[in-house]
Amino acid sequence: MSGLKKGAAAWRTRLLSTGATLLGLLVLTFFIGRVMPIDPVLAIVGPDADVSTYQQVQAQLGLDRPLLVQFGHYIGELAQGNLGTSLLTGNAVSDDIARVFPATVELATLAIVVGTALGVPLGVFAASRRGRLGDHAVRVISLAGHSTPVFWFAMMGLLVFYAWLGWAGGSGRIALAFDGAIPRVTGLLLVDTLWSGNWDAFASSVQHIVLPACILGLHSMAYISRMTRSFMLAQLSQEYILAARVKGLSEAAVIWRHAFRNILVQLLTIVALAYGGLLEGAVLIETVFAWPGFGQYLTNSLLLGDMNSVMGCVLLVGIIFVTLNLISDALYQVFDPRMH
Amino acid sequence: MLNTAMSQPPAAPASPSASATSAAVAESAASALRDSVRRALHHLLRNPMTLAGLVVVVLLVTVALCAPWVATHDPLRQDLYATLQAPGAAHWFGTDEYGRDTFSRLVYGARTTLYIVALVTVVVGPIGLAVGAASGYFGGWIDTLFMRITDIFISFPSLVLALAFVAALGPGLEHAVIAIALTAWPPIARLARAETRSLRKADFIAAVQLQGASPLRILVRHIAPLCLSSVLVRLTMNMASIILTAAGLGFLGLGSQPPSPEWGAMISAGRRYMMECWWLVAMPGAAIMLVSLAFNLLGDGLRDIFDPRS
Repeated sequence: MSGLKKGAAAWRTRLLSTGATLLGLLVLTFFIGRVMPIDPVLAIVGPDADVSTYQQVQAQLGLDRPLLVQFGHYIGELAQGNLGTSLLTGNAVSDDIARVFPATVELATLAIVVGTALGVPLGVFAASRRGRLGDHAVRVISLAGHSTPVFWFAMMGLLVFYAWLGWAGGSGRIALAFDGAIPRVTGLLLVDTLWSGNWDAFASSVQHIVLPACILGLHSMAYISRMTRSFMLAQLSQEYILAARVKGLSEAAVIWRHAFRNILVQLLTIVALAYGGLLEGAVLIETVFAWPGFGQYLTNSLLLGDMNSVMGCVLLVGIIFVTLNLISDALYQVFDPRMH
Repeated sequence: MLNTAMSQPPAAPASPSASATSAAVAESAASALRDSVRRALHHLLRNPMTLAGLVVVVLLVTVALCAPWVATHDPLRQDLYATLQAPGAAHWFGTDEYGRDTFSRLVYGARTTLYIVALVTVVVGPIGLAVGAASGYFGGWIDTLFMRITDIFISFPSLVLALAFVAALGPGLEHAVIAIALTAWPPIARLARAETRSLRKADFIAAVQLQGASPLRILVRHIAPLCLSSVLVRLTMNMASIILTAAGLGFLGLGSQPPSPEWGAMISAGRRYMMECWWLVAMPGAAIMLVSLAFNLLGDGLRDIFDPRS
């Protein structure tokens, strides 16, 4: 009972500190949005406007009020889900983000599946061969994956698998012929094409997503395999493993049935964090593949100095990160029996 | 197990009583130094990967310093009769769309890369160390405040935060450096804090406190030097990610501006001709990967040398 109470108290602190971090995120994005050298008033009225017009527009935008009042206004608007209007598209930033986000979610989800499916077995393999050739090989692969600029890796992939071998679809999410022909249901093209029963379109979208997803996935594989290896090593040095070996269990049974089962919770939390890390890769890789997702939207707005969109995107990424951290903590609490 | 440099903190020249036995202190410091150098050499010889990393880093520095002698051409000189040439005897790594020599541009690009890495590291190291050490030593509300701020910065992926800062400051090499520095200090601060917390209750700190040393003196003369080795290791490993973030910013057109040669920007410029002229993209990317891998290998090796715990 007291343990439960202690758990509840720990959760209260954690939620409080998450709340503080979120508030900090808001202060940071607000501040960044205000230090920009581009004067938003001047951008609207033009350089030839007289002082009274300038002041009028400034008052309309609320920029003449004290910073603290402006910040309060910013928070108030955010609470209603209003991120301002995008200069680039003329739409509400929240609508824009809702439109482009599914494309990124689709890509990142497939990528994390690839990364986990490759990274976990590699990490387990490396741990079981500690200090031997296999271990060193995995270390080099993982370090190389860690050191490769993801956008360059993507371009090399495009060059080899699209231009030279012709295996993968080119840039974009689907062949041009299907563009606009698929009714939008979820925004996830793989789902939408299946839903509409258009098999050719489905095949085309699979062909387009495989390469970017694999490249993003390989990038997160580096991280996942490294963490898997160290988790496994921690387990394999424990006495229950020795007991299992003494009992005469096969090495495969020791590794998979005993050691691996005990790192599942840790793995889950790592995968949740890696999923967040994919957002960073997505920003760069979407530019390479002309993938109309969140990353492309962010970079396009960035180059045009569209601060409302940029800050909306940055805030969203921050919130996703904080949430994923909280979720991975929660997973630990719920699934790890030692925490009860 | 602490390493030798750390296991003899009271012998640090700063402790006032040490002046009487200064010869002995100098002797033990010298032997500690000899010891760690010997261990580093031993490690290097047994770990070819660390050695490879060190060689590449030394090569990078050499090439950057001696760029005018290493480069075969002027990196900015255009030759419109020799555009998009494939790699060959005249141009080892081919030429770009203005007929500029890719190899020479890579060589001068090493300067840009090193400039960014060095500047960011010089800014980030002291800031991270100061914030972390103060946080860990004083505890209480200072700790809470500093660590909360650190958490906020860590809750963004570094590239996205750097993008936001560059968006606010405007593109350019100096702004990229500022943006990367702003995103790179929190991990250092966390590390320094953890080290400080493990030190602050140590007997030798209590001894200097009793001698009446001010907190500032304790932090600067007694705690910071002991955090230094792990901070330096972490900084080396950070250099790899600094290079990658800088390359990403350059690729998006937010880093150093044309025509100055920067590896990320070169990839971005070569993208239009990628399908026919693979070398425009392949060469600068390979350079980024090689250098960042080298810093990672070196950092890994340094960690093994200075921190036998992990």
